[in-house]
Amino acid sequence: MNALAPSGRSLAPFEARLSGVHDVERKSAAGDLARTGLPGPRVEAWHYTNLRALSGHVFAESDVLFDEKEARAVLASVIPEGSIFEKLPRLVLVNGRIAPGLSSSTASLPEGVSWSSFASAPDFGTQTSPQRDPLVALNTALASDGMQLSVATGVKAGQVLLVSLALSSSGVVSFHPRHNVALAPEASLTLIEISAGNDGQELYFHNPVLTCSLAEGAHLEHVKLQQEAGNAIHLATVYADIAGHATYESFTLTLGSALARHEVHASLAGAHAAVHVNGAQLLGNTQVGDITSVITHSAPDCISRQTVRNVLTDRSRAVFQGKVLVERVAQKTDGYQMNQALLLSPTAEIDAKPELEIYADDVRCSHGATVGALDEEQLFYLRSRGIAGAQARQMLVEAFLIEATDLVRDEVARTLLDGALADALLNRITAEERGS
Amino acid sequence: MSELLKISGLHASIDADGIPKEILRGVDLVVPPGEVHAIMGPNGCGKSTLSYVLAGREEYDVTAGSVSFMGQDLLAMEPEERAAAGLFLAFQAPVELPGVNNANFLRTAVNAVRRARGEPELDAVGFLKTVRAATKNLSMSDDMLKRNVNVGFSGGEKKRNEVLQMTMLQPKLAILDETDSGLDVDALRIVAEGVKNLRSPDFSALVITHHQRLLEYLGPDRIHVMVRGRIVRSGGPELAKQIDVEGYASFLTEAA
Ligand SMILES: Nc1ncnc2c1ncn2[C@@H]1O[C@H](COP(=O)(O)OP(=O)(O)O)[C@@H](O)[C@H]1O
Ligand SMILES: [Mg+2]
Repeated sequence: MNALAPSGRSLAPFEARLSGVHDVERKSAAGDLARTGLPGPRVEAWHYTNLRALSGHVFAESDVLFDEKEARAVLASVIPEGSIFEKLPRLVLVNGRIAPGLSSSTASLPEGVSWSSFASAPDFGTQTSPQRDPLVALNTALASDGMQLSVATGVKAGQVLLVSLALSSSGVVSFHPRHNVALAPEASLTLIEISAGNDGQELYFHNPVLTCSLAEGAHLEHVKLQQEAGNAIHLATVYADIAGHATYESFTLTLGSALARHEVHASLAGAHAAVHVNGAQLLGNTQVGDITSVITHSAPDCISRQTVRNVLTDRSRAVFQGKVLVERVAQKTDGYQMNQALLLSPTAEIDAKPELEIYADDVRCSHGATVGALDEEQLFYLRSRGIAGAQARQMLVEAFLIEATDLVRDEVARTLLDGALADALLNRITAEERGS
Repeated sequence: MSELLKISGLHASIDADGIPKEILRGVDLVVPPGEVHAIMGPNGCGKSTLSYVLAGREEYDVTAGSVSFMGQDLLAMEPEERAAAGLFLAFQAPVELPGVNNANFLRTAVNAVRRARGEPELDAVGFLKTVRAATKNLSMSDDMLKRNVNVGFSGGEKKRNEVLQMTMLQPKLAILDETDSGLDVDALRIVAEGVKNLRSPDFSALVITHHQRLLEYLGPDRIHVMVRGRIVRSGGPELAKQIDVEGYASFLTEAA
């Protein structure tokens, strides 16, 4: 294999592992990668998000053994003991591998819902395109485990948690879990996906791929909380194939990691389907948070909605790329995109790239963006009621983001996000007061 | 101490497109403890500006004069310190806070002020009890506590929400900036009751109004007439009656 691929970045960080893959699909993905390399800044889709942080390391496979106590502590940081979330069925992965001891038993799943491990019967499905997406190719070549979840026809499955913990390994590691969710006709599910890492460990790279297929009339609410360790790299790709009258509603909350991208490819394949790719990012230090989506309207009367809110402090940077492709058949498409940012420091930055590509003539598509600071009048109002400046600012920041998480329909999932948000803001304020 | 609030020779201006525009041009005013005073004056004379400057809005530059509040230099204090010291401003145009729950807002404010005053904070139950009693007195529905602060509130609801905050924060001096404007008779009576309930030797109010009716409810001790950024006349309640009949015309010449 060629370590220096023609146009992209070197594959050296993964070279040894890539040359060791054997089955057909993994080999083919490794071959795709060898041709393209990892995306460099000249690749249009990666113009704003630079992967140089991957260079200069060799990402080893993570240790199989982990410290149970450490695992419980990190788990409790996202699912507080005694909380309602603790009672939900959950599948927990540690460093990319399912940890049965931390997961619920299969028996705890509602009737009509089943899960199995990707490792037991690897199936990459047909939704992804490793040839075009190097990070998906990387995942395909190196995927070791993941969740395969299915919900039977008409079953209202309620909430299921998919938790991915990153715990200390010996050295710099990466893991590439592969998840699949399949909803039969009229089935519904709230998938709460949480990524959390133990701060203070060495650099790790989490590279999950999730494929979702929604049959006629199915409803999937996918709510994600990304709370990786501060130095981590998190590059996730989601594919959603949405049949007629089905809805894929997603929300991602980015709090953690040094470099993050949440990329969604949604395909509206049948009439009256809907997709929501909403999110919020609270970034500080030199964090980079990227929400990228490609939504393809391939059928008439479909709806797509994207509302993303960013709060940026210090020298953090947010990226919003939203592409909506409306094919000729997709008449009466209703598309909406809104990207909003609160810039709380002069060195913070947002890069937004909305993109509309429309081939149908009877469509309604709009997009907008706002960038601003905190409202002085609101701030004064709070302070005039005795609330000190730092707390008043925190309240307004939280309010701005809560207006985004309000879009999450599932109340349990929304409560989880709002709690994580409040904790994150509290930590920030305490850090501010400590003068760090 | 014979004065709770003492304003002397207060000048304040605002930056209007790079040019300082003087709005307050030498305000002198004293409010003793336990009294209700009213400020009346034509639109644009600087009443709201005075209330903002007293509450600590940074947009305005105080160019001369002083304000003492309970013997302290008010102008040297942060807005939140003024609130903790016992100053409350009911805004003429209450600010909407999307995403901020009204009950949370109230509880945060009450506890911030209590902390600063060295009083124990209210827990959830204690707060709820206090706030329920207050909303009942003001004929407010519990629903208004669940909504976001002032978002989608009618004009009257916003004003009542201001009075609710005043009641909960237990100020020593409440400045009510046209809290009665746009209220129907019933709402006006409720708001007036809200102020009256606080009346004590330790509570004073500075009521900015155009209307005789609120003053009839409250029975003010003194009326001050403001014209072009100055108090041009002070007198007893009869001054309000005179303005009600004649308007401000006769005072305009005094300001020149
Ligand atoms: N933020 C501001 N920018 C520019 N002019 C202002 C501002 N605030 C007040 N003014 C001006 O100052 C004057 C006094 O306003 P205000 O204090 O609101 O009067 P009142 O409350 O007595 O009606 C008016 O001419 C008004 O236009
Ligand atoms: Mg006014």
